[in-house]
Amino acid sequence: MSGSDLLQTTINFLAVGGLYALIALGYTLVYGILRFINFAHSDIVSWGAWIALTVASAAGWLASGRAGMAPAFALPCVLLVTMAVCAAMGVTIERLAYRPLRKAPRLNVLITAIGVSLFLQNVGLLNKVFGNRPSTISALLQNDVLATVGGVQLRLFDLLTIVLTLVLVVVLERIVYGTRMGRAMRAVSFDERVASLMGVNVNVVVSVTFALGSALAAAGGILFALRNDLRMTADASWVLLGLKAFVAAVVGGIGNVRGAAAGALLIAFVEVFVHRYVNAAFPDKPWVGQLQDIYVFGILILVLLFKPSGLLGKAVREKV
Amino acid sequence: MKGLQERVAALRPALAPAVGKSLLPFAVAVLLAFVMDKIIGPGVGATWSKILLDVGIAILLAGSLNVINGYAGQFSIGHAGFMLVGGYAAAWLTFYGSVHWFGTKEPVGGFLGNGQLLFLAGCMLAGVIASVFGLVVGLPTLRLRGDYLAIVTLGFGEIVRVLGQITARQPKNVAAIKERTMWDLANNLGGAEGFSQVPGYTTLFFVYLFAFVLLVLVYRLKYSSQGRALLAVRENEIAAEAMGVDTTRVKVVAFVFGAFFAGIGGSLYAHQVGALDPKELGFMKSIDLVIIVVIGGMGSITGVVLGAAILVILPEVFRQFADYRMIAYALALILVMILRPQGIMGVKELWETSLWRRLVAKVKR
Amino acid sequence: MTTALEMKKLSLAFGGLKAVTDFSMALPPRGLYGLIGPNGAGKTTVFNLLTGVYVPDVGSVELVGQRIDGKKPSQIARAGMARTFQNIRLFGELSVIDNVRTAAGVRTKSGWARTLLRTPLFVAEERALDERCHELLEIMGITHRQEEQAKSLPYGDQRRLEIARALATEPKVLLLDEPVAGMNTQEKKEMRGLIQKLREQFGVAILLIEHDMGLVMDICEQITVIDHGVTIAVGSPKDIQSDAAVIEAYLGVPDERDTPQPKGSA
Repeated sequence: MSGSDLLQTTINFLAVGGLYALIALGYTLVYGILRFINFAHSDIVSWGAWIALTVASAAGWLASGRAGMAPAFALPCVLLVTMAVCAAMGVTIERLAYRPLRKAPRLNVLITAIGVSLFLQNVGLLNKVFGNRPSTISALLQNDVLATVGGVQLRLFDLLTIVLTLVLVVVLERIVYGTRMGRAMRAVSFDERVASLMGVNVNVVVSVTFALGSALAAAGGILFALRNDLRMTADASWVLLGLKAFVAAVVGGIGNVRGAAAGALLIAFVEVFVHRYVNAAFPDKPWVGQLQDIYVFGILILVLLFKPSGLLGKAVREKV
Repeated sequence: MKGLQERVAALRPALAPAVGKSLLPFAVAVLLAFVMDKIIGPGVGATWSKILLDVGIAILLAGSLNVINGYAGQFSIGHAGFMLVGGYAAAWLTFYGSVHWFGTKEPVGGFLGNGQLLFLAGCMLAGVIASVFGLVVGLPTLRLRGDYLAIVTLGFGEIVRVLGQITARQPKNVAAIKERTMWDLANNLGGAEGFSQVPGYTTLFFVYLFAFVLLVLVYRLKYSSQGRALLAVRENEIAAEAMGVDTTRVKVVAFVFGAFFAGIGGSLYAHQVGALDPKELGFMKSIDLVIIVVIGGMGSITGVVLGAAILVILPEVFRQFADYRMIAYALALILVMILRPQGIMGVKELWETSLWRRLVAKVKR
Repeated sequence: MTTALEMKKLSLAFGGLKAVTDFSMALPPRGLYGLIGPNGAGKTTVFNLLTGVYVPDVGSVELVGQRIDGKKPSQIARAGMARTFQNIRLFGELSVIDNVRTAAGVRTKSGWARTLLRTPLFVAEERALDERCHELLEIMGITHRQEEQAKSLPYGDQRRLEIARALATEPKVLLLDEPVAGMNTQEKKEMRGLIQKLREQFGVAILLIEHDMGLVMDICEQITVIDHGVTIAVGSPKDIQSDAAVIEAYLGVPDERDTPQPKGSA
């Protein structure tokens, strides 16, 4: 692979990694606090994208239908509003569907999460809500080529994704490690009972966790939709996106914020680089291009077999 | 106190009656399947026949999943992957085999004629191939915690789907097929378009034959040491291990058993629908099965039968609300988990509930 | 006479925390030994080492002459060592009798094939199992509740059920982890008699962890005291009761502030 090709692929890899990281963080935060996999997280991602569409068209920014025609402040506005709405959604879902099961066996909550996921997917399909046809929000971003250095194009989208992810991850890191609420979150993730005995309001901490995770998910959803078109809420692409982000969280060490970021980069690396190399090595076999998903799951299996606590995770012993 | 093995010799049943008792339920299963096919089917008409067929397949699939999720308390959400794998194996055998050995793509022969025997062989092959996959997936992953297993089985379902979509095209021309050997055609499973023109061998007889056999096996399993070992793993894995249950082994065997019958279910499905589309047998189908098991009662045979019946018949009855079907399911799932997490039956069977006992007591008087 | 259970220099550390150091004990067949120590001393950790939940860093465990350290808990149970749990780990949703039946299953030979076909051997084994389990419940005094769900049993009966379940595996060594915790005086008296009878009735050696000193001093032939994972005393009940190190471990060293000062000197 030539040097410029390598650089292009690297930019691609960082953007994809950033996307996965935003979504993986939501999974890892919730798992850290409640020890359960929020299957419905990928649906917050898809709803985030669709809510963005709704907001943007309500504001008239998608009227022209052509890419990049909305004013420059449109995207940040949409982003903020959508993140807030999704944060509220996350909190509500937790309150209604997960809180009653706080003490129930983990299997039950998992099933409930699947129920919530199905609910969101299918309500989203209704014509009254988002409908079952794809759409687009590309009007919000003029995906200009910002710079071209020796055959490598840096597109606005890629830069935006990388920068936005960095900013949000740093903000999250600051919250989790630098504020009282963050300390409370970490306390609850170690031992919920003891944390509550120490005066931590577990319900508030859980709500904040869901709010943060859902806001990040919304950002991820919007970025994904800008990149790939906006498919309907029940489309497999959202499930797959969520799944890969979840794999990233697990691979990095579930419950661990830095782990989620590391895992996301690893998954993106495999997806982008391995895919690229394998494609180049087997040009005559077109189906090789479809193997991306398998690589990702392959990594999951390997990690779960050899280091189930993840690359940056710590093993937890159950008291016998 | 005398040990267990010391008492065994004295308690051995006589051979002949024991063999009789062993095989009788299977004979009854064959008979009932026959009755289903020749009497009840024609009796209820075409629409309800199809519904009964679907219910039977659902019972087979959910009943097999019940052994993994219900008895052993594991969380497998990739059961449809086994269906797909089994379906492909069976369809390969019947479609290409039909052309090679019978010279035609159409169903051949009457009841238990050549065609149906080929189909039966296909079903058996489906079960075996699916259980091999079950072993490969189960062996490394059943050591993991519950939620991780969920992700891996989900991933498995997706991987099978992807693999199915990258297989080679399915030649449909009889002459073209005859030119190649069966082995050679093993990769020609239709790719993204799926495998079509699968001969329609599935009848009420076969569906209920397998369904009733499964029910017998699952019943026998539940009331046995092996079955109790599974239930113990579900209840408290650490205690089960301390009481001599090799938990990993037991989980793997349950997984393989479930996979076997899911494979057969896949074959029945393929030969009913006439085609196998990898996208149809993905995550959503797996979830459909999980819903039946959860709502019916994880670990209850009667629960699963009830659940299968309800969840196949209800959508038919409420066909015009198709849009809202999944939403209703989703809400039902959430509400059941919050209000009655054990499902309709819990782990009990119908004859173990106090309601039944009271009814029986009344009848006896 | 071969020992039923022999532990030699067992040690286990979790990172920097030395949970158990250099633990040794030889339990004779039909012996009744006690293991005591303050909370957090490492007693249950010893049990966990014996039953395969933890693998010792150093040392060996021999059950009737056979090495079992490093083996899986289910293999150790099959070899003949059973236990009860400090925090009671019953199969809650299953019935009382099914809890016992499950454990008895370790002595059956029928696999899935025989089970699904209901062969004569399977039928015979299930009948034998049933018979034995009913007898076990009777001995433990919980027959009247046999079809009830285990989780609905009163606390004392739950502890008895755990013992019945452990006995169903036909063990040579029985490890009881706080068998009378939370019981009232009457229940404790009954348990005391029961535990002592077990040795004769089942030919089993017993090692028990307990905090109830009355019980321990009364029925144990030999007592080992550990604190912070280290053995601080071994001997007969009489020896232990007057051992200074033991008293220190439980009650601490007397402090000036403990002894009353004469008035007017402060």
